[in-house]
Formats: sequence, structure tokens, C-alpha cells
Amino acid sequence: MQHAAPASSLKQPLAACAALAALAALALAAPAALAQEKTLRIAMTAADIPRTLGQPDQGFEGNRFTGIPIYDSLTQWDLSQADAPSVLIPGLATSWAVDAKDKTRWVFTLRPGVKFHDGSAFDADAVVWNVQKVLDKNAPQFDASQVGVTTSRIPTLRSARKIDDLTVELGTSEPDAFLPINLTNLFMASPAQWRKKFDAAAGATPADKAKAAWTAFAADPAGTGPFKVTRFVARERLELAASKTYWDARRVPKIGKVVLLPMPEANARTAALLGGQVDWIEAPAPDASAQITQRGFKIYANAQPHVWPWQLSFIAGSPWLDKRVRQAANLCIDRSGMKQLLGGMMAEPKGTVSPGHPWFGKPGFDIRYDPKAGQALMEQAGHSAAKPLKVKVQISASGSGQMQPLPMNEFAQQSLKQCFFDVQFDVIEWNTLSTNWRKGAKDASANGASAVNVSFSAMDPFFAMARFVSTKAFPPLSNNWGYYGNAEVDQLVADARTSFDDKARDAALARLHTHIVDDAPFVWIAHDVGPRALSPKIKNVVQPRSWFIDIATMTMD
Amino acid sequence: MLAYCLRRVIYAVPTMLGVALVCFVLMHIAPGDPLVAILPPDASAELQAQLRELYGLNRSLPEQFAMWVWRALHGDLGVSIASNRAVAGEVLRAVGNTLRIALVAAFIGFAFGCLFGLLAGYFRGTWIDRLASICSVLGVSVPHYWLGMVMVILFSSQLMWLPATGAGPSGSNDWAWDWAHLQFLLLPALTMSVIPMGIIARTVRALVADILEQEFIVGLRAKGLTHTGVLRHMVKNAAPTALAVLGLQLGYLLGGSILIETVFSWPGAGLLLNSAIFQRDLPLLQGTILVLALFFVVLNLLVDVLQTLLDPRIARS
Repeated sequence: MQHAAPASSLKQPLAACAALAALAALALAAPAALAQEKTLRIAMTAADIPRTLGQPDQGFEGNRFTGIPIYDSLTQWDLSQADAPSVLIPGLATSWAVDAKDKTRWVFTLRPGVKFHDGSAFDADAVVWNVQKVLDKNAPQFDASQVGVTTSRIPTLRSARKIDDLTVELGTSEPDAFLPINLTNLFMASPAQWRKKFDAAAGATPADKAKAAWTAFAADPAGTGPFKVTRFVARERLELAASKTYWDARRVPKIGKVVLLPMPEANARTAALLGGQVDWIEAPAPDASAQITQRGFKIYANAQPHVWPWQLSFIAGSPWLDKRVRQAANLCIDRSGMKQLLGGMMAEPKGTVSPGHPWFGKPGFDIRYDPKAGQALMEQAGHSAAKPLKVKVQISASGSGQMQPLPMNEFAQQSLKQCFFDVQFDVIEWNTLSTNWRKGAKDASANGASAVNVSFSAMDPFFAMARFVSTKAFPPLSNNWGYYGNAEVDQLVADARTSFDDKARDAALARLHTHIVDDAPFVWIAHDVGPRALSPKIKNVVQPRSWFIDIATMTMD
Repeated sequence: MLAYCLRRVIYAVPTMLGVALVCFVLMHIAPGDPLVAILPPDASAELQAQLRELYGLNRSLPEQFAMWVWRALHGDLGVSIASNRAVAGEVLRAVGNTLRIALVAAFIGFAFGCLFGLLAGYFRGTWIDRLASICSVLGVSVPHYWLGMVMVILFSSQLMWLPATGAGPSGSNDWAWDWAHLQFLLLPALTMSVIPMGIIARTVRALVADILEQEFIVGLRAKGLTHTGVLRHMVKNAAPTALAVLGLQLGYLLGGSILIETVFSWPGAGLLLNSAIFQRDLPLLQGTILVLALFFVVLNLLVDVLQTLLDPRIARS
């Protein structure tokens, strides 16, 4: 026994050392194995894979990663330009026109020869079927869960009718020139693939079967997009393979396989990139930018149609009723300082859209940092350091698309102090803020706030402008939280909505935007730049001035 | 013994009902709208009403609660508002992943905790005791999400030895134990193990110190029993309490992993809870909490039974 003890005490450390050495060897081998992987691996900010059944959730990140790559829409965004605003181009429709006599009737000519990933043909029947899936409660394929993310983005669409195999008529509730832009949100899923799932589905009633069919379709979808789904693991990964028979020769993917991984935590995404686990991360941790670029990764950013403002109240008693006060606030925010705070990850706004955009117009009011001019306006309005203007803003501590709401708002608060604003915050949870936003400034949920900080998409004219300034958009119907508007603004909105020639519509929208900037119903604080960090082996990357990005045209070393 | 087990099972029923009720009420009195997750910001009142009806949110709270409990008893936890997938499937899959990581963390925590505790207790007052005690205090005190980030920075970002996030090379959530899968598990499991390790070490140290001072140990030593023999007696006496602590810790690991799983994007119940809270997905949130509570109750039951088997005095008392 006495001899056994030393032998054992020697063997154990040796075994432990051997095990540690083996572990280290295996660990060191791991990066090599990862480096050999040629697949493009993308870490999204979403906590789950955006829905894959045609109408994605997770906001526009859903459209970016499970909408546009897998599906097509009748009209699409041109994502090939980085130095100009994204504009509308033909997609599955080659042309479209409104009926000259009845402006609620649109005729779309469809692209011939397009096939879904399951081999079935894309035609007018497929368009009608896809409209019915969100509009017609009696259609077997109607899916209430897809309605929310669709109809509110295409609010006037009411009907679809086949004229012939390659011509379809869409009807709207009122004359609406915005329809072709809104249709970028209606992705075309394969009716044949759904029918196959429906026939195989279990369920006591057709509604149960339809529900089961959509679940099965989501796991094995078929669209017409440049990538097709090869593997779906809920909440963990989505694997896409290039569709080599894609109808647009310029966008036949060069990268064979794309893997999408949900990673909601910014530090985890950054570590995954630095550790070689992924090739592309959305929204890297702001304080890791230097480290990311030092390690050879490239950070792409471009002004996005994503506005981060304070939306002001115009109800009786609001401190913002005086235009001089609204303009003063816009002049007193040190946006350049804020940009520095965010590591350069914002753009300084000149309005809801940027100069050079077809809808920018010619505003007389120049949004800039000019505290002296701001102070002068405030003094004219009767305020001073001794008599500051009290304002209260309802904000969130975090939230989807909200950038960095706490430091940004505190920075704005300090900036505005020099112009005699005494800003208080009502900080609430993001979902609650979003709910309150719909209820409006008159509702008790506003808690006495005279402004609300909710960032918004400015991709289309309804989302960017109409819903904030039209009196038809007063709560609870839409997002005119502050009850801003008058007959003149309503007329400008109507002019834009009923201008069916593209140039005339853009000109009308420019007039509307000019009016909005001059009247300042917002304090425009920042435009998001949609930062993303990519491996240098990914080439041909174009980050357009858009929420979206085209993976199909990229290559990989 | 059987009567004791049955009694414990019966006691578990009101506990579960209480958990279900508290969870349901808390979720409904929290501000915000659960439909925010799937509704766009400018959704019309009509659309909101339609979806409210679809998800049964237009019914009264007692009605919603009764329906939820009735369906839960039949294994149906409803459908996730955000993903439209069955909650039961989502939760069981996530709990499976959490169980996988929790078992590894518990094993590491138990093994090292017992080792540190035994050493510290056996060599009281020496530098071994002080070192082991420092380690156990650190284990209990260090915020584990911070430790997780440090681990990721060190082993993933800098050394590139281990993956920072995810559950496996191909997203599979099976229970494979090969290196390809194990490497994803190591960092989160190690991070998660520090708390049980610290707690078990401190508990075992106190137990060992107490046992060593008891008369029977003095008697055994006087009879000439070897160190190994004394150690065996010590372990036998300390085991029931150490197991009880482990059982409780396993319960905490199952339910309290939300930060670790978020840091490492581990697709377990913690990350699912985080997503459900973030999206205010009520059916998913309620289902996850209910299943986790069920696990906690069952684990407690198992630990009690095991403790009773190891120490018959408990049943007699």
C-alpha cells in the first residue's frame, strides 16, 4: 500500500497533463477547421430566425434575410447603388400602370418563365393566391398570422384578379400612387408547395390543416428568390443554397451556401466574428469598432432610411405649439458630438429624407447645429436661462431599431440645456412605448409627455411621412401621435397619393417633405447607418442607402 | 417510503397551480401589448381586434386562465404569438438544451466543489484551506455573465480556441458528446458551474469540519482507522447534504441560466425566456415558466427521495 500511493500520485498528474494536452490540441485544431468553411455565415440581431413562410417578422431584418433572399415581390428595391438612394425597379412584374379612368385599378404585367423553387410556374394565379393569403378570410390559404406584417404595409390593397396568365389586376380602396412601393412587402410564395403541405397535413378542420400546412411550409418553403432553403432549425439556424436557375442572370448567386444565425447579444456577435465563427455580423458592439478593424474586418455603413427623432405633441398646452421653439430645438442639438459618442455610427439628418433624395424638396429651414440662432429663437418665444421651457419626452431604455436610446437622449438633453430647454424623460419598456405610440399624446399612457422617441423606417412615403402628418392618421388609426396636421398638409398628402406618374409623385412628395421640414413637427436627431462588420474575404459588397442588402451579387474568396 | 413519495407528489400539485396562477397574473398586469411582436406600428384598430380574437386575448382573465390550465393539462401550451409554432415543442426543445448544459455544469460544480470543500475542511487553517475558500468565495461572488464575457474574450476572441456562441456545428440540438459538439458546451458550462461549485465547496467544508470534530470520528481514529477509512465515513455523512444542495443548484441552473444563455446564444430555456420577454410573447413566456417550475418541483422531489434513501433518519422524522 505504501508503494502504491506514490505511483498513483504520479499517474494522476500525468494523466491530467495528457488530457489537458489533448484538449489543447483539439482546441487549437478547431479554428483551422472553421477556417476551411467556405460558407457565408451571418449573425443576425434577431433572437429567432425571422419567419420563412413569405411574410417575415422581425421588422425589416426579416425582409432583409428571409424575405428578399428566398422570395421576390412584384416590385423591388434597386440595391446595386451605394451612393444614391434606393429606388423602385421591376421585380416579378415587368411593368405596371394605373387605369386612366379608375385610379383604384392597377394592371401588372408579370415576368414570363419564372419558376418557384419547387419547379411550379409563377403566374397570375400565384399572385391572386398570395394576395388572398392575407386578405381573403374565406380562402383556404388565409393565414391570420401573416396579416399583421403585410396589410399595414400595404394599407389600401383590397383585391387581386387574374386577367390572363401573365397579367393581373390589383384593386385599392382609394386612389393610391404609393401602391407599387408598398408591394415590395408582399412576397410571392409557391401555391403548389403550400398545397402539397396542405394535402399532407393533419387536422380536424380545413382551418387546422391550413395552419399545419403553413408550419410545414415555413420549414420547407418555396419562393422564386436567388436562394432556396435547405435546412431550417427553429431559433438556431437557417441554411440557404444558391438557386442556379434564378431568373435574373445578374443576380444568380456566386456564393453557394449562406447560413443565418440568430445572435441577439452585440458582444456575442462581435466575439463570434473575432473568433472566426461567423463571417458577417449585423450591428457590432459600438465600442469594439477599433478592435474589429484592427483584426482586418471591414465595417460597412451608409445612411439608412431610418429616422431617430423626437415626435412632438400639438395638443392644447403642448410646449411645442410655437414653431420658433420647434426650430430652436432642431438648431441646438450637437449632432456631430453625438456622432462621436456613437463611434461615428449615425448620420446627421437634414429632414426625414436626405438631400439628394427624390422626395427631399427645397426646405427653407436648414437643420444644423447653431445654438446662437436657437437661443435667439427661444428668447423671441419668451424663454431664457432663468425661465427655461419644461418638456417631457417618453423614451425606451432599449428596443428594436432604437439605436442607443439612453445615451443619445441624455446627450440631446444636455445639448438642449444651452437653449433653455429643461428636458425630463419618462423611460418605459420598449413594447409599452410602442403601444403608447399608437394611443397618442391625448391618452393617459402619454403620462404628460409632450414628445415621444420612436425611431421609424422612411422607406416608403406612407411610412416616412403620411402616417405622421395626415389628420386621417390620428390615433388610434395610425401613428400621428402628436395630432399634427391641417387641411393644407392633408392636401399635400392627397396630392402625393394621387400623382400616378413617378416623377409627379416624387415632386408631390418633395413638396410635402419641404413643408414638414419647414414646420418641424419633429426634432430630427439622427439617421441610422446600419453598421455591419464583414470578413475581408467577402467581396463585391454594396451597402445601399436602404434597410436591405443584396447577398446574391457578393462573392467569397 | 411509498407513502412519503406519494405525499410529496400530492404536495407538488398546489405548488404547480400556484406557480401557474402567479405567472399568469404577473404577465397580464405588466404594461404593454403582447401583439406588439407581430403587429406593425401603424396597425389598424380592426386588425388588432382581429388578432386579439384569434389569440383569445379578448376574453376575460379568469376565462383565459381556465382555458390555459385546461389545455396545459392536456399537453397543449398554446401557440407562440411571435413564431406561430407550438409552445410545448419550443419549450421542451429548449429545456432539453438547458438540461444538457446544466448537467455538465452541475457535474463540474459538484466534482470541484466537493474536492475544494473536502480539502478545505480536512486541512482547516492551512494554506490549502485558505486557497480553497478563496476559490469558493470567488465562485459565489463573481457575476457569472461578467465571467462569461471574460471567457469569451479570452478563449474565443483572443485565443480562438473555443466557439463563442451557439449549440453545435450544424445547429443540431441532439445530445452528442463528440468534440465538435462539446467545444460549444464548455465555455457556458464552465461559466455556469462556478456558482454551484462555490456553494457546494462552502457547504462541504463546513460539514467536514463539523464531522471531523464529532466523537465517532475521534473513536474511529482511536481504533486505528486509516485516513482513507476516515475519509469514507466523512463522505458518507456529508453526501446527503451535498446532494441536497446539488439538487437545489440544478434547479437554479435550469431556471437561472437566462444571462449565461444570452451571452453565449445557447438555445436553451433561458434564451427562450429572454426572447419571450423581449417580444412579450405571453403563451411562450407562460409555457416556459410553467415547464421550468415543473422541473424544479420534480428535482426537489427526487432530491428529497434520494436524501431519504441515503439517510433513513429523514423518513423516520
